[in-house]
Amino acid sequence: MTYAFFPGCVSKGGCPELYQSVMQVYPHLGIDLEEMTTAACTGAGVLQEKDRRLGDLLNAHTLALAERRGLPIMTICSTCQGVMSQANHRLKTNPDYLAEINRTLEEEGLTYHGTTTVKHFVWILLEDVGEDTIRHSVKRPLTGLRAAPFYGCYLQRPSEALGFDERPSRAESLETVMTLLGADVVDFPGKSRCCGFPLLTINTSNSMQMVANHTTDAKAHGADVMVTPCPLCHLNLDGLQSTAAGRTNRDIHLPIFHLPQLLGLAMGMDPKSLGLDRNLVSTGTVLKKLHAA
Amino acid sequence: MGTTFRIRRFDPESAAPAPYVQEYVIDTEPSDTILDGLIKIRDTVDESLTLRCSCRGAICGSCGMRINGHAALACKTRVTASTASRNVVRVEPMNNMPVLKDLVTDMTGFWEKIRDVQPWLRPTGVEPEGEYPASPESMNRLAGVMGCIMCGACVSDCAALEVDARFVGPAALAKAYRFVADPRDGASASRLLALNEPGGMWDCTRCMECLEVCPKGVGAMDRIMTLRANGIDQGVPSTCGSRHAEVFADLIEQKGRLDEPMLAVRTFGLGHVGSLLSFLPMTLRALVRRKLPMTGPFHRPIPGMAQIRRLFQRSKETR
Repeated sequence: MTYAFFPGCVSKGGCPELYQSVMQVYPHLGIDLEEMTTAACTGAGVLQEKDRRLGDLLNAHTLALAERRGLPIMTICSTCQGVMSQANHRLKTNPDYLAEINRTLEEEGLTYHGTTTVKHFVWILLEDVGEDTIRHSVKRPLTGLRAAPFYGCYLQRPSEALGFDERPSRAESLETVMTLLGADVVDFPGKSRCCGFPLLTINTSNSMQMVANHTTDAKAHGADVMVTPCPLCHLNLDGLQSTAAGRTNRDIHLPIFHLPQLLGLAMGMDPKSLGLDRNLVSTGTVLKKLHAA
Repeated sequence: MGTTFRIRRFDPESAAPAPYVQEYVIDTEPSDTILDGLIKIRDTVDESLTLRCSCRGAICGSCGMRINGHAALACKTRVTASTASRNVVRVEPMNNMPVLKDLVTDMTGFWEKIRDVQPWLRPTGVEPEGEYPASPESMNRLAGVMGCIMCGACVSDCAALEVDARFVGPAALAKAYRFVADPRDGASASRLLALNEPGGMWDCTRCMECLEVCPKGVGAMDRIMTLRANGIDQGVPSTCGSRHAEVFADLIEQKGRLDEPMLAVRTFGLGHVGSLLSFLPMTLRALVRRKLPMTGPFHRPIPGMAQIRRLFQRSKETR
């Protein structure tokens, strides 16, 4: 299966280790990627605060580019996935709106017919790659590793746009993959809550409180590591964990992995090749536990 | 069918008041709602179980509670849809408000915040002899938000309220939108100014919990986003929130993808240099780990940028 690969701004910016780890693991999963180099940012829900229609136009442009190639889109970011899913849902369910957007796209020689599917990497693992392939790819089972999932809002809500009605298993896709890799899943209430990233520059104090609460809570439930399919969550939970710990007078130190980093580790790959040395919270405790250091 | 209800209880009059979980196993019918089950427990097993309910038809908004971790109306939620394969359902009082007893919460704070947004028409000009007229089209646009039954579900699950009780919250903001968007109201400018203050419309973290749990499809977060857009359009004084949205759009128009450091610098601006500097330790750590993003002239636009810029331009012309 070949996908039009939409890497998103952050895997090419603040979280290069996410892009690096996806590039390492995907050739072993029986999928091919054609990167969408001319597709714009989804707007991340922020541009939509100013102008939702403009956001939908940019995403329709991306969807039309993939449709022209006849490929489904693969995302590696909960926010990219959610924003594009919502735009796609609005366009597919409102023919008048689609026609209005197409009038602008057509001036660029593009038309979106509403046939493109957009899938996050974690959904592709379960729905397209398949559980057997994942199991067979595991060379270093994550036995004994207690891993807490952290989805990111946009991969959980709104469930209608994300297709949860047709595919309810998506709601727990992260836990399913982690279990296939041999990890013990640590269930905790914060797994589907907000990481606080959207508030980072608006109300830093509230944003840091969310980081502190979720990481502390996961640790209290026994987690060795938290795993996220969203680089924006990663920026907050990993990049700003020490800031959040300082502001709330807590000692946290919970390693935060991107999902492909966890997958690559289970595949037996070198931690450095997966960019685990670039995470800001040291991943040493996890590697030591898995004897992967 | 035997169903296990795991109910979080609290009795303020006990010797040592503290929340605890109590389990009840009762027979339920496929047509039963969670409220039916709770009433059955109260009527046949434990008359001390305390809950609030009235219409039993998802109209009055009294029976808001958390069912398996998410706020919902107990009368609108079927037992069969809540128990999956294990026939166990977890029932708790709503979050983000004090618990009075068992499943009953104190909604005083909820109502105070609703009152704070002045949920009544404030028309200007000469008072008409009859009613204030409004076109059916304009009122149809408000039908969704006017469907709010004040159950508190959105407030219960709001992630921003969980860390900051000063936030006005989704229900009050949806109500504020209802009047800002009403063609008969003459106070939208002052309403937006009030909502532009700390604790107002920019403190929503866009987690979409309110969209998901609302039993009436009010879409509080979407209304908050419209308030933000209205605020920007009407030129309310810039805040970190409004600058964040404006700079974000500008950067995408220039480069097609996000220049993250520039977004932070321009959002904080000269007025919040201290906040910007608080991220310096993280920036230095990122630099050491070779993951500091390129910025300014070193951050290159995506290929085909001319087409993206034309889309922005055409969108502005269409608005």
